[in-house]
Amino acid sequence: MKILIVGGGMGGTILANNLARRLHGELKSGKARIVMLSASERHMYQPGLLYVAVGRMTPDELYRDQASLLEPGIEFHVDPVTEFHFAKNHVTTQSGKTCDYDVLVIATGSRAMMTGIPGLAENAETFYTEETAVKMFKALRSFEGGRVVVTVGVPHKCPMAPLEITFMLHDYFKDRGMGDKVQIHYTYPIGRVHSLENVAKWAAPEFDRLGISYETLFNMKEVDGANKVLKSEEGSETKYDLLVAIPAHKGMEVVEKAGFQNGWVPTNRTNLHMDGEHGKNVLVLGDTTNLPISKAGSTAHFEAEVVAENLAAVVKMGVPVRDYDGKVFCFIQAGKERATYASFNYTTPPSPQPPTRAVHWFKTAYNKLYWASARGLL
Amino acid sequence: MAKKVIDARGSFCPGPLMELIAGVKAADVGDELEVLSTDKGSATDIPEWVKKVGHEVVGTKEENGVWHVFIRKSK
Repeated sequence: MKILIVGGGMGGTILANNLARRLHGELKSGKARIVMLSASERHMYQPGLLYVAVGRMTPDELYRDQASLLEPGIEFHVDPVTEFHFAKNHVTTQSGKTCDYDVLVIATGSRAMMTGIPGLAENAETFYTEETAVKMFKALRSFEGGRVVVTVGVPHKCPMAPLEITFMLHDYFKDRGMGDKVQIHYTYPIGRVHSLENVAKWAAPEFDRLGISYETLFNMKEVDGANKVLKSEEGSETKYDLLVAIPAHKGMEVVEKAGFQNGWVPTNRTNLHMDGEHGKNVLVLGDTTNLPISKAGSTAHFEAEVVAENLAAVVKMGVPVRDYDGKVFCFIQAGKERATYASFNYTTPPSPQPPTRAVHWFKTAYNKLYWASARGLL
Repeated sequence: MAKKVIDARGSFCPGPLMELIAGVKAADVGDELEVLSTDKGSATDIPEWVKKVGHEVVGTKEENGVWHVFIRKSK
């Protein structure tokens, strides 16, 4: 059985490694093959970009060579897919090759779209790429004071990012002795400060305690850069001196080109197969799905474990063995020295505890332990 | 005018309203969207947002613990 994994991010990498260990004998005997096609020879620890944006990590700390993370036996190629041909069970790649498969796993991820809102790309800082995170930090360094507005589009990767960057900005300016010169204003699309009700319940009093103002039911519509005003779909406006955006995301262009609106692939919520007539041998992981769950590394991680176990079982027994239950686990960095976490699935809401230093240090350790996760060891 | 279903059952994060906001953005004016939610709060917070932004609430019903909220994109 030839398993083709498209995408070398967290989901694709954990899947490939987990599967390679489960299918060690089958890979050796030639009964199974695992092929990975990726757009990059490097693997980025994306949650680290938050820290780069506030000067607490440097970009070089975020990367490893992708090949060094993969188990022996995985056939890895830097050759991004340019077209999916589901009816023919093959893809075509940038180098012009055709790659066929018995089972396809799409794990191509998502991209931040600063261009979706008029004026946003020209006037706002963001931190979803190395380039923009470094640019944002330079903007913070040269900021002399005023009103900092954090604004949020949907859907976006990392559901905790809006809160985390707000708390981190607060601590950054406080550390520089600028607390009295900077007013932080947070906006959020729905009627509370976070989508998770229990997270919103502790975050709002934290904002009050720290003097961070907030406006809910605020969906950005356009940015008037000349007058430094952010306008919302709901009809309100807010002035800014420094605008920080968590922009809406889309799936990757190659997925959009395959006919999936906004690049999200309709996916079965429990078996993670692509919906439709060609979904029988196509699975989808992580941000790429259209599932109503967090676009987060942990989602991709837990989905990858289910898919690995199922594909190995199919090779060995002819049937899958597990369902995905919607499990997500997110750390929440509540400033530079405290953190908490939220864990939930399709049926159980999270119940986050107050942030502590202990969880912060665990999160700090995880920033390094991630590489063990990517290798499928943790 | 298309009809689209947003299946947000079991969605705690981002949640049904966030799913709808993203869905409305991707829809065309005149499209009808049906949100499926297992959160009873959706029956009030979705209509609240839809009215505030200026779209139309077509109806709401509950069946076997699932709330169905129908809206039309108006602008």
